[in-house]
Amino acid sequence: MIELVSAARCIKCDACVDACPDDVFDRTVGGIPSIARLDDCQTCFLCELYCPVDALYVSPFKDAREHVDEADLVARNLLGSYRRALGWRGIKASEVDRDLSHRLPEPDGTPWER
Amino acid sequence: MSRTREADGLDLTADVLVVGGGPAGCWAAIGAIENGASVILVDKGRVGTSGATAAANTAVIDVSRSGPARAAVIERRLARGFGLARADWIERMVDEAHVQLSRLAEWGYAFARDDRGVIYRGALRGPDYMQILRRRLLKLSARLLDHSPALHLLLTSDGEVAGATGVTRNGEAWTVRSGAVVLAAGGCAFMSKALGTYGLTGDALLMGGEAGADLSGMEFSGQYGVSHAAATVTKNLIFDWATFSDSSGRTLEGDDIFELLARHLPTGPVYAIIDKASPTIQEGLRRGQPNIFLPLDRQSIDPFRQRFPVTLRYEGTVRGVGGLTIDAGGATSAPGLFAAGDTASREPVVGATSGGGGPNSTWAIASGSVAGRSAAKYAAKLGPSAHQRGARTADQRERATGAAIDAEQAASYIPVAQAAMFPLERNFTRDAVGLQDSLARLDDATQSFRNAKRSRSDSRDRRREREIAAMLATARWICVGALERRETRGIHRRRDFPAANDAAPRSLRLRGVDEHSVAWA
Repeated sequence: MIELVSAARCIKCDACVDACPDDVFDRTVGGIPSIARLDDCQTCFLCELYCPVDALYVSPFKDAREHVDEADLVARNLLGSYRRALGWRGIKASEVDRDLSHRLPEPDGTPWER
Repeated sequence: MSRTREADGLDLTADVLVVGGGPAGCWAAIGAIENGASVILVDKGRVGTSGATAAANTAVIDVSRSGPARAAVIERRLARGFGLARADWIERMVDEAHVQLSRLAEWGYAFARDDRGVIYRGALRGPDYMQILRRRLLKLSARLLDHSPALHLLLTSDGEVAGATGVTRNGEAWTVRSGAVVLAAGGCAFMSKALGTYGLTGDALLMGGEAGADLSGMEFSGQYGVSHAAATVTKNLIFDWATFSDSSGRTLEGDDIFELLARHLPTGPVYAIIDKASPTIQEGLRRGQPNIFLPLDRQSIDPFRQRFPVTLRYEGTVRGVGGLTIDAGGATSAPGLFAAGDTASREPVVGATSGGGGPNSTWAIASGSVAGRSAAKYAAKLGPSAHQRGARTADQRERATGAAIDAEQAASYIPVAQAAMFPLERNFTRDAVGLQDSLARLDDATQSFRNAKRSRSDSRDRRREREIAAMLATARWICVGALERRETRGIHRRRDFPAANDAAPRSLRLRGVDEHSVAWA
C-alpha cells in the first residue's frame, strides 16, 4: 500500500490524485495530496510512475503497514525505482524497446503467451 | 423504476457509449470513432491506469496471416481449450489483433527487437500501452470521463439498451443517451488485490445481466495467481523456473504449479526459489517484467538465491473465462448492448482454460475493435432519433423496504462474496456441498442487501454499493454454473466429479440476476 507522499519532494501537481485508478488520494487546499482511502490501495505501483519527482513510495505489502523512513528509502535507491526500471519518462511512454520479454518462452519452448 | 433525468447533472448524448477504459474499451472506442460514431468513454478509474493491463506487462499473440506460426498458435489454443475453444474464433481473433498491433506501432509504441534484431510484438508493457491508447483517443476527439463510474444501463420499454447513468467522483450525476453501449469494464476478481484487479468487481456483468444478456463460461473460474505471500504481484511467469519447498525445506514436486500450491498451502507455508533461470532468462525477466521484482527488491530478497513465501490469490473471471456471451460481431443477447474484453465470455477462444495473459490481451484488442465497429453500425441504423427514445434505469434498491444501512454496514457484504470465492477448498476445487452452501449464503446476502435502504450516500458510496451488488451477482453465477457442470474440465475442478464427461462438451448459458435460467448450447 502507498506509504509515503514526501513533503520534501512533492510539488503539489496532484498527478497521483488523477492517476490512481482506485481513488486513494484526495487533493488538499494548498497542501500535498492526502492518502484518504488507504484500504482501497491495490498496490499497483502506478502512482509512482506518474509522479514527476519520485515523491511516492508504495510498500509491496497488501495488508501490513510498513513504517518507512524517507532517508532509508533514498539510501536504498527505492524512490522512483519502478520508474527507472521501466525507463518511464512521465507522460511520454518510453524505452519499451529495452524490453527483453522475447527471451521468455513457455515451458514447452513455444513463444510466451502469458 | 427511477426517472432517467437527473437534476443538475451532466446530460450527454453520443452514438456509442463505451463503459470501461482498459484496452478493450479503448479499442472499442477507436473502432467506433473510425466507423463514424461519436463516442463517450466512461471509466470508474482513469483511462491509462485502469484495469488489469495497466499494472501488468502482458504477452500478446502476434502472428501474421501467412506465416507458419498462426496454425501452430491455433492448434495450441485448441489443445488447451479442453474441447470448448473454436478454431474460427481463434483465427478471427489473431487476425484482427495482428492488424491492430501494426497500428499501435504507428501510434508510437516502440516494439523491442529480439536477440536476432527482429521486431518482437509478443509483449505489451502495460503503462506504456495504455498511455498510447489514451493519447490516441484524445487525438480522435473521444470524450473521456475519468473517475466517473457507470451505475445503471438505460433501457427502453422494448428492452433496448439506450445509454447509462452514473456518478463522477465529485458527486455529480451523469446520464449518457446513446444508440448503442459497449460494456468493457473487465471481469470480477472480488477485490482480492491480485495485481491491477481491485476495480474489477463485475460491474459490467451485473449491468449486462440486468439488461437480459446471457453469460457463459462462468464455471471456468477456479483461477488463482501466484504471488509473494504478503504482496499483490500475481505474475506466474517466474515460477516456471522455480523450485518449491515447505517450511522444513523439503522440495515439493508437481507438474502443475497451481495444483501443487493448492495441495500444500492449506497445511502450511510454501516457499519458492527461482533457481532454474539461466543468466539470459534472469536478464529477460528483469528487463521485460520489472514489476515482478518490486515486492522482492523492496524486501531485499534475491529470488534467484533466496527462497521466499508464496500464496495463491484469487483472480476470478479476470484471468478466468466467463462473461457476457457475444456473437462474432460482439453483440450480446440484449439489443443495443455489445461486450468486449474480460466482460465478454472468452470461452470460444480459450475454452475451459485460463485466458490469462496473451489470449486475454489479444482478445481485448480484437473483441474491442469488433464491438466498437458493430456498435457504430448499430447506432447509425437507429439514426439521430436514438437519443429521443424514452429510457429508464432498472434500479432495484429504489424499491427497498428494509432498514437503512450505512457504508460500513454495506461493506460487510463484501466478505460474504469473498468467503465463497477465495478459499481453495471452495473454489480451486469444488463439490456440490460446498457450492450449495456458498450459494445459499450468497442468496441470503443478495436478498438482504437489496432490501436495505440507502442511508445518505455520496458518489463513492453509490459506486461501492453497485460493486457489492455486482460481486454478489457474479459469485452466484459462478456457483450456479459450477453446480450445473457435473464434471471436471480445465479450471473447473469438481472433487465429486473428477473426470471429464464428454469429448464434445457443450457451453453452459446462464440468464437472469434474481432467478437464474440455465441452458446448454
